Amino acid sequence: MSLAEETLQKQLGQIIIKEAKGESKSAVLDKSLFLKILAFLSPSLLLVLWEILARLEIVDIRLFSSPVMIFKTMLPMLYSGELLYHTFISAQRIVLGFLAGAVPGVILGLSMGLFAPIRACLMPMVSATFPIPKLAIMPLILIVFGLGEASKIFTIAIGVFYLVLINTMAGVLNIEDIYLDVAKNFGASPYQFYTTVAFPGALPMIFAGFKLGMGTALLLIVAAELSAAKAGVGWMVWRAYDMFDIEKMFVALITLAFLGYIFSYLLETAEKIVIPWQNNRR
Amino acid sequence: MVNPTAAITLEKLTKIFYARQKEIVALDNINLSVREGEFLCIVGPSGCGKTTLLRILAGLEKQTRGKVIIRSKNPDKPLTSMVFQGDSIFPWMTVAENVAYSLRIRGFSKNKRREIAQQYLKLMGLEGFADAFPHQLSGGMKQRINVARAFVSDPEILLMDEPFGALDEQNRLLLQQELLKIWEGSGKTSLFITHSIDEALVLADRIMVMTAHPGKVKAVVPVDIPRPRDIMSLRSSPNFGALFKEIWLLLQEEVQKAKSMELKK
Repeated sequence: MSLAEETLQKQLGQIIIKEAKGESKSAVLDKSLFLKILAFLSPSLLLVLWEILARLEIVDIRLFSSPVMIFKTMLPMLYSGELLYHTFISAQRIVLGFLAGAVPGVILGLSMGLFAPIRACLMPMVSATFPIPKLAIMPLILIVFGLGEASKIFTIAIGVFYLVLINTMAGVLNIEDIYLDVAKNFGASPYQFYTTVAFPGALPMIFAGFKLGMGTALLLIVAAELSAAKAGVGWMVWRAYDMFDIEKMFVALITLAFLGYIFSYLLETAEKIVIPWQNNRR
Repeated sequence: MVNPTAAITLEKLTKIFYARQKEIVALDNINLSVREGEFLCIVGPSGCGKTTLLRILAGLEKQTRGKVIIRSKNPDKPLTSMVFQGDSIFPWMTVAENVAYSLRIRGFSKNKRREIAQQYLKLMGLEGFADAFPHQLSGGMKQRINVARAFVSDPEILLMDEPFGALDEQNRLLLQQELLKIWEGSGKTSLFITHSIDEALVLADRIMVMTAHPGKVKAVVPVDIPRPRDIMSLRSSPNFGALFKEIWLLLQEEVQKAKSMELKK
């Protein structure tokens, strides 16, 4: 800076210029791409770290195995169809149990939400039995339904049922009064009220119940397959425990995670189709 | 005392709410007769029972004492339709489904419903939005749907509870103009609650001023401005200023009374 410029700057004070030349579209894309790479890279790095620690014997492979060993166990199980078979058995139990719990849950939840006398009759029983851990009822279920499929499906169903029921009822009760007034003012019959206001208005909460129910179903499948099962991913976990086969156990755990992901993906897709009017903030 | 040509006659209409052992008189001996095809605006301080009056007429609430006499010319048509204060558009229905809701209730076919909905959407400047969901729309558009929904049901009496209260000034003016256009074509007996004297003068044949709690009829002022009206030229009408002043003087007293009651509580 020349002397003249320096004096000029002293006189004028400091001039701050903030100029933008426009963010290019590719820069914006680069940023989102970067975030995607990051989201992919961080779990991958963790797996690599796990493998390195296992090879250096810092992590005990008898307890925690290693990614490569798990992968080596998984491949033949995939090829032979063994893994698919167990996955299919468990998925079938989850779907049947889910339906057996969710359908009555929705119907009863709507009735309880809409009709105060029904709510007054049933609510005490629901409140009294809901807190009982579903796992504690399993022995009773086994005695009543036997060791076959029915007991496993029922265990899942009962867990799903309560969550769907309570959410559906809350969904109906939370519909804003103004919508009820509109239906009443236009002279909607009870049936029309049910189909045009109560059911669609409760749908977001019903789906919230479905999602919670699905989480519980995954929890209960493992417990249900602990006793008197000969197949299923939950059974695989317990079988691997008996055999102290850590790799197989990890394969089963990965499969469970995968099952959970698939089911929540299916539910979310269904939600988007059934509730197109919801303001998606995601 | 019943006027046989009146569309609505209210006789000693009284509504008392009971809350925690306390009686709250919302409406006290309301006597009123509304001519057929008349547009009556109701103004009054907040909490004077305006909404309660409309809700009784809409069949959403029952009076404690007194009579409501509504003359129905066509029993096939719904007696009343209400445009509610606030957002009452069903978020789970498309714009067209919302507008045609009353027709669905009355068992019209899907095609017929759609056809009539389109007609009214066009009237309200909402064509092209038939299949949109309410969350995609602005407040002004939602209130247009709200008004259209009430008109589609083709009731004997239209009840509007501050339908434009939450809108900004520009949207308010637009909607007033649209309502005038659609209403003057229909000639429906209408009751319209508003907080705005200006809005009441634009729309009404008569303005009913209500007293502060308990709600009574303080005065009914005829609005002598010829129809069809236009929201712009109407303001330069010689009566406009004088009427505004008259209503304001009536209202001012009540607003101050309501305020002092508020302070006493």
